[in-house]
Amino acid sequence: MTDLTRLSAFDLAKLISTKEVSAVEVATAHLDRIAAVDDRVHAFLHVDRAGALEAAAAVDRGEITGPLAGVPIAVKDVVTTKGVPTTAASKILEGWKPPYDATIVERLKKAGMPILGKTNMDEFAMGSSTEYSAYGPTNNPWDLGRIPGGSGGGSAAALAAYEAPLAIGTDTGGSIRQPGAVTGTVGAKPTYGGTSRYGLIAFSSSLDTPGPCARTVEDTALLHAVIAGHDPRDSTSIPQPVPDVVAAARLGATGDLTGVKLGIVKEFAGDGSEPGVTAAFQESLQKLVKLGAEVVEVSCPHFEYALPAYYLIAPSECSSNLARFDGVRYGLRAGDDGNRSLEEVMSLTREAGFGPEVKRRIIIGTYALSSGYYDAYYGQAQKVRTLITRDFQSAFEKVDVLVSPTTPFVAFPFGSRTSDPYQMYLADLFTIPTNLYGGPAISVPCGLSEGLPVGFQIMAPTLADDRMYRVAAALESAVGTFTPPAL
Amino acid sequence: MTYEEILTRYEPVIGLETHVELGTATKMFCGCKTDFGAEPNTQVCPVCLALPGALPVMNRAAIEATIRIGLALNCDIAEWCRMARKNYFYPDMPKNFQTSQYDEPLCVDGYVDVVVDGVEYRIGIERVHIEEDTGKTLHVGGATGRIHGATESLVDYNRAGIPLVEIVTKPVPGLGGLAPEIAKAYVAELRDIVRSLGVSDVRMEQGSMRCDVNTSLNRPGEEWGTRTETKNVNSLRSVERAVRTEIIRQSGILDDGGKIHQETRHFHEDRGDTSSGRSKETATDYRYFPEPDLVPIAPDPAWVATLMAELPEKPSTRRARLREEWGITELDMQSVANAGAVEIIEETIAAGASPAGARKWWMGELARRANELNVELTAVGATPAQVAALQKLVDEGKLNDKLARTVLEGVVAGEGDPAEVMAARGLEVVNDTGALTAAVDEAIAANPDIAAKIRDGKIAAAGALVGAVMKTTRGQADAKTVRELLLERLGVS
Repeated sequence: MTDLTRLSAFDLAKLISTKEVSAVEVATAHLDRIAAVDDRVHAFLHVDRAGALEAAAAVDRGEITGPLAGVPIAVKDVVTTKGVPTTAASKILEGWKPPYDATIVERLKKAGMPILGKTNMDEFAMGSSTEYSAYGPTNNPWDLGRIPGGSGGGSAAALAAYEAPLAIGTDTGGSIRQPGAVTGTVGAKPTYGGTSRYGLIAFSSSLDTPGPCARTVEDTALLHAVIAGHDPRDSTSIPQPVPDVVAAARLGATGDLTGVKLGIVKEFAGDGSEPGVTAAFQESLQKLVKLGAEVVEVSCPHFEYALPAYYLIAPSECSSNLARFDGVRYGLRAGDDGNRSLEEVMSLTREAGFGPEVKRRIIIGTYALSSGYYDAYYGQAQKVRTLITRDFQSAFEKVDVLVSPTTPFVAFPFGSRTSDPYQMYLADLFTIPTNLYGGPAISVPCGLSEGLPVGFQIMAPTLADDRMYRVAAALESAVGTFTPPAL
Repeated sequence: MTYEEILTRYEPVIGLETHVELGTATKMFCGCKTDFGAEPNTQVCPVCLALPGALPVMNRAAIEATIRIGLALNCDIAEWCRMARKNYFYPDMPKNFQTSQYDEPLCVDGYVDVVVDGVEYRIGIERVHIEEDTGKTLHVGGATGRIHGATESLVDYNRAGIPLVEIVTKPVPGLGGLAPEIAKAYVAELRDIVRSLGVSDVRMEQGSMRCDVNTSLNRPGEEWGTRTETKNVNSLRSVERAVRTEIIRQSGILDDGGKIHQETRHFHEDRGDTSSGRSKETATDYRYFPEPDLVPIAPDPAWVATLMAELPEKPSTRRARLREEWGITELDMQSVANAGAVEIIEETIAAGASPAGARKWWMGELARRANELNVELTAVGATPAQVAALQKLVDEGKLNDKLARTVLEGVVAGEGDPAEVMAARGLEVVNDTGALTAAVDEAIAANPDIAAKIRDGKIAAAGALVGAVMKTTRGQADAKTVRELLLERLGVS
């Protein structure tokens, strides 16, 4: 019998709907795979075997049908799941069971998708390597000594290790795309406001975007279609119909890109990408040209300020968003021995509950928002954000999509960048401009460098998510998919 | 040093920040109810508890109410504005930031005119903005209910997220010794305006309207002095007293060559004085920034125009009109307004009572009773229709004043409409001459000495016999009829 864990979500859905396999069998195969390999990968913080099997059984009973009914999924631990522990990989929420589901989780359940468990991540989604998880890092299935990317390293590794066919990630500065790139999987950041943030534990409200992760472009589009769409519980959710990303992916898979203009950003050249990354990107670009695409160089002069602007805006918002974790209502409470003041208890709780990167960003953000510095830092960063948005808008007057490598380097060994935060921050160099702008972007595997996967990023105008899927699927048809060594 | 003497040497500048809790059915950012007095933590959800992942969505009714307040205060309505986060840690504030407005308020630059001693003063309105209330902390185990000595603190989040509107005046100089009275008149006028809009019950004693009073003093010709902020003043009388107290306190310090420190002060209702609160020497840094979880507010100008057109008559205009119709003095009208009785008297008149009659019952018997029970007039237990019916019975001579008061007690006690109470308790005035004649004769027979005096022409003595008749008829006789009958029987009429 076929190994069910190696199949695409699309194929699994077809087998389940035609009753060739049961949803319970599919869920069991993945749960067994998790049991077999996750002690080495550590993609999961919590596995919900009972919940997943019950949801699968409901599909087998015919209670739920749909394009992905019965296909199991892993959910990043920053997304609330009712009654199932949700920690954002932080000590401060250890053991917390939310009394409600995030909107996207509600939609997964409504679509009949069994939730296998919660995936590891950098604490509160702050990081680019999943080394900042309070519960230990996730290992990259391509090389267990290397990082799986971050912050969604758990979701990406679960896909690459065949523990789940689909996963949910969140992308604030590249946390879906960068892990996708370094694990050889596909990850898409939808248009900001295209997917609901309700139930997503906030890191940086104006940037956070939940999105789909999978091993193929078509699967990514199928999942995208399930979770996207207006949510009245999120004020920033866009009240417009979602473009047909699945149709766009299928159109792209035919391998015709005639008339499509791909923009390459002049300012991205010479940014210190590893030669192997540049080579894989250039080769892929040539393949797209063979499919009929045209390559145009465009200038985005403010992209060079994206990284500093991001590292003011995101910490500023996080310093405020994380204020609610004070030990008063839920989660960890430290120092409450009856002899300490309220302020001391709050302070000790936060000292014990937050890890080093979270503290670093809270302090940076607190400083950047303080009176006297607001205009110089936060205010200035917002102006840069506007200029970057204009760069995108003028670029999209000339080209259909912008393309770049997803990351400047392939998966690096553990510990090699944690001592220098700036070196770590460079991992998101190519992904961050899109978050500041709000448009959609996707990372697709495009080749190998020194035996490790390289990602190809496609960025589209806001609400043109379908356009990036078309190019992504065409690329996938030209370069194929990449299989990691056996675990 | 008298207050008048102080005002010859110092000029006060006042400013008021008034919070009004809106009477929306649901909270500002979620669908939780806002009922007053519910069991603790029964009107809460992930959003107003700020559970991880929860997001706010703006209540349109709160925006509408704020715009209406702004329009009624002659403000400009922003075409585009945003909510901001005000960051500070407090256990009863679930998010540890308050969603408020900072440099982009919804309404700006208006005014309120108030009349004191026949002179009109214009109080400038700096801004009207929208924000959310916090929860409430209860300290248990200590003697005083304060945190010191308490064994535990309980937090009730029912109030967290109820919409508040903050109305901030511009600094008002040049009021001299009338500053306390004008401050009070402004708050009263503000209360009437907000009440007329129906967006809040504006009950200061329940905290749905609360006032922070800023006061500073300067010598004539010099720059404005350092201000103090007296927090949470919760009655009209206290607004006046808080300003006066601060003027006297600050002048004492300045006279001694001292300096006024910028600080918040607490007002003590019982003693009428203030004590030092939090120092504002080092201003709290709230790290304001635009709220990224909420889209900007951009009220449609057509909608604002509609709201403007639908504004009710201004309370001051309405009072002037009613004063004319009722034929009463400005002072009487003021006391009616202060008692919150304008609407209820108007309704009573509409139900058929004379203005004098309506005013008499509401401002007399019923106001006294409302005071005793510490409730609003509307909650005292009588309706305008019942009061009008009562007055009608008096006008028809079926009840005298004393009987009518007894009937009203029955009405308030829930025994029914005036006519029903009158019938049930058998309180109707006795005008049956046969029955009265018997009672009069009885009184004459029982008091021969007095009867003789009256016959001798000492008519003034008749009162004693009238009283005796009233007693035997349990107050139900008409005194005038009794007197006429008595004199007739004694042959002196």
